[in-house]
Amino acid sequence: MDVTVTVNGTAYERDVEPRKLLIHFLRDDLDLTGSHVGCDTGNCGACSVIFDGVLVKSCMLLAVQANGANVETVEGLAEDDELTPLQQAFNEHHALQCGYCTPGMLMSATALLRENASPSEDEIKKALQGNICRCTGYWNIVEAVESVAK
Amino acid sequence: MTEMTETVVAPAPVEVQKGWGGQSVRRKEDKRLLQGEGVFVDDVKRHGMGYLHFVRSPYAHAHITRIDVSAAEAIEGVYGTLTGEEVAALTEPFFQISSAPGANIKDYSLAVGKVRYVGEPVVAVVAETRELARDASELVEVDYEPLPALVDARRAQDSDAPVLHDDAEGNLMWTGLYSWGDLDAAFAEADRVVKIPELHFHRFNSTPLECDGALVEYNRGVGQWTIHTNNQFPGFAAIMMGPAMQVGLDKLRFVTQDIGGGFGNKITSHPQLVVCCLLARKLNRPVQWTEWRTDFHLSMSHGNERWFHDTEVAVKDDGTLLGFRTKALDDAGAWLRYEPLGGVIWAQVTPGLYRWRHIELDFTQVATNKAPVSPNRGYSRMQHLWFTERVIDIVARELDLDPVEVRKRNYIRAEDMPYETPNGCVYDSGDYAGMLDLALELIDYESIPAKRAAAKDHGKLLGVGIGSTLDSGTNNFGQSRLINPELQFSGNNEVATVKLDIFGEIVVTLGTTPQGQGHETTAAQVVADILQCSVDDVHVRAGHDSYWNSHAGFSGTYASQFAVTGLSAVKGATEMLAAEIKKLAGAVFGGVPAEALELADGGVRIKESPDAFLPFMACGAIVNANNAGLPEDLDVTLNCRYVYRPPFEVPDVERKFGNLTLTYATQIHVAVVEIDPETGAYEIVDYAAVDDCGKRINPQIVEGQVMGATAQAIGAAIHETYEYDEDGNLLTPNFYDYHVPHALDMPPLATGALESPSPFTPLGTKGMGEGGGAGIHAVCAAIQDATGAIVTDSHNPYQRVWLLLQEAHA
Repeated sequence: MDVTVTVNGTAYERDVEPRKLLIHFLRDDLDLTGSHVGCDTGNCGACSVIFDGVLVKSCMLLAVQANGANVETVEGLAEDDELTPLQQAFNEHHALQCGYCTPGMLMSATALLRENASPSEDEIKKALQGNICRCTGYWNIVEAVESVAK
Repeated sequence: MTEMTETVVAPAPVEVQKGWGGQSVRRKEDKRLLQGEGVFVDDVKRHGMGYLHFVRSPYAHAHITRIDVSAAEAIEGVYGTLTGEEVAALTEPFFQISSAPGANIKDYSLAVGKVRYVGEPVVAVVAETRELARDASELVEVDYEPLPALVDARRAQDSDAPVLHDDAEGNLMWTGLYSWGDLDAAFAEADRVVKIPELHFHRFNSTPLECDGALVEYNRGVGQWTIHTNNQFPGFAAIMMGPAMQVGLDKLRFVTQDIGGGFGNKITSHPQLVVCCLLARKLNRPVQWTEWRTDFHLSMSHGNERWFHDTEVAVKDDGTLLGFRTKALDDAGAWLRYEPLGGVIWAQVTPGLYRWRHIELDFTQVATNKAPVSPNRGYSRMQHLWFTERVIDIVARELDLDPVEVRKRNYIRAEDMPYETPNGCVYDSGDYAGMLDLALELIDYESIPAKRAAAKDHGKLLGVGIGSTLDSGTNNFGQSRLINPELQFSGNNEVATVKLDIFGEIVVTLGTTPQGQGHETTAAQVVADILQCSVDDVHVRAGHDSYWNSHAGFSGTYASQFAVTGLSAVKGATEMLAAEIKKLAGAVFGGVPAEALELADGGVRIKESPDAFLPFMACGAIVNANNAGLPEDLDVTLNCRYVYRPPFEVPDVERKFGNLTLTYATQIHVAVVEIDPETGAYEIVDYAAVDDCGKRINPQIVEGQVMGATAQAIGAAIHETYEYDEDGNLLTPNFYDYHVPHALDMPPLATGALESPSPFTPLGTKGMGEGGGAGIHAVCAAIQDATGAIVTDSHNPYQRVWLLLQEAHA
């Protein structure tokens, strides 16, 4: 099936097998490998992207469902190689170790901060509860998000 | 929700340009990882590559009577298959670490004739797309003749138990008696003998978020494979794979960049890598394999499940511990992929943190119809330390003594360091009582009685528990001889190269395979301090490549050793480079001796006349591209390779005695839990983790390791378990059923640190990163304190706590 999708401001047209997951489309067909796969059940959130303004797990959607959609991935966050304040905060607070969950964490936190510029600690934890990290124990991630909350 | 507490010893922000060591320098790795520009194994693509999918066993134990791949191979887009029969024809069985009977088993990279656990790879299918490979796998016909399954290791040696490996003539894989001191005298001297019939440490692992994977290319012309993989110990994979595939190690090139967590669980992917290699050669195309999460849970590197039976502890009435005897039973699962090394690794921490001198442990490892076990963060020591800490709290309860007092009475003291344990290990440094005091202070121990009363007022039970980890690092591989005296391994090593390139670039290459430990950053800190430049001027290559010539037999990232082996190699290579720079500058300046020169501000200068300055760029250019006229005898390449070799002796095999690891980082954790007595549900309401890993090169990275290990411990203590039903089906094969903690599960945490530099290492550092065990015990002890029931299992979900409460009532 033909799919037209805009990812990080660039329009792509591809012929896609109907059963292909959006995450595999992003990674394999568009070579946007920043979003990751950490499970096969929708639990881990490493593949989180923003889809028409809404945070989704891209392993829980088919690529064909993205037809006409506007998708934002981790590759689209920094402009001209300049890290966003959230990305900088992750660096300052040591909110990443292996970095595998990080793209999903950043997308979840970005979606949260757009909706709520000054979330409480509890709201941050709730917003990140769909994202698994096995390295950090989350403390520094929550602290990093808190530090950019207004 | 309680607020998080601030770190007590806060990492200071870095503003200075000199003295990089000890500073929380921001990580060099982060920029690419934060932008999705890391290169993980599944990101590597090649033209024409095929995707590999494994057909796996649905039975825990069965004969394979027929395999037919023809329907799968007939599909367009399916490139080919590989069966166990082909593997058995093309390869030798993997070398076994064990002595007999474990030595006799025949382990191939695919099941041959028989399956021994649910999820065991039986056939590999390679196709044009991942989806097609999965579809085609469904068409592979395998006929099985099911056999009874052995699930409970305690039944493994019963006369009617199903036998996994006929070659071993039973399920016993390895057994060894460890005995040090004078047990009879200790028990004669004891006022009391505390008996503990059974303790059980459960099966789980660290579930790195990235599963295993590889992209393997075969260069037919030279008969060489390039293995892009996230295996975290390529040195081990190579010595397993080379003999099995009957090729020299020069034919196996391992390449890695970023790895999405390892925790030991990515050490034993060599069987899958062999399958990829065979198929890349057979199909003459690159083969890509990415493990699915369910596959990982079913088959990869479970942590060692262990029982301690018939434990007897010799104690004095005042709580002085004299010694113990116990029988450890270890469940290896179906294959010995790294085992039975767990049968000796625990002995690195034989007495735990305590001064008892008379210890006997009868270790037995058996095979069962479950996934093979392999290293998991805190490998084998975690089980043993949990046992020693459990003993302390059970003794304290039996003698009606304060667990804090019993610990302080028996801790090895700061003034005893370096301390030789009953089995000849040498604890390098540490102040356990000081660490405990700091941990108790962090949870405001004084306030506990009032909090206990307040909890009671609102119908809750409050309990406090202490746990510890001795994070023994830098293995002496000679310990493998205690398992099998025939083995010719000993010592340890790690490599680094440091060079100055044409334009003055300082380029560092490591032998390690980091998975988030920040090696690029800490290596740069060590280099910058020696060369007197900025960390920004130091370029540390990301990842590992066998073709860089920067690895040795034990290279890799595992077992808490980078801060010792890796950074000592970096230090050695950088000091060689610094000496060469001075030698070169001395010649350029017309015969100035090295003592008259110093490195400063990105160059070398004459101390007495600093205007005579040669920038690194000039040094690199002269040697590499403008060397005519240099003195003939000037022995300078500005490309220095150093192999760090820790000072070890081969252990005494007869006495099972010797120094098994170089350093002992320590963690003491304290947990405070609040339990709902009606349901057994509980919450960790306060938590402190204190770490001492000697000199910290980057305190923020150290604290990150402490936090991560703490989170894994909490997950293991409460939620995470690989449980099997009686037929050998894994009940927790994915993240739905295997609950790993998320952000809302995390308690408030206070961290603290002491620094007791290691006297045995070039930088005073100790390897660290495996502190997980402390938390598991701290939670167990807190539950015991709150409920009054003796906790005998490392895994305490709410329903088990409810049962404990019923037990305490009865």
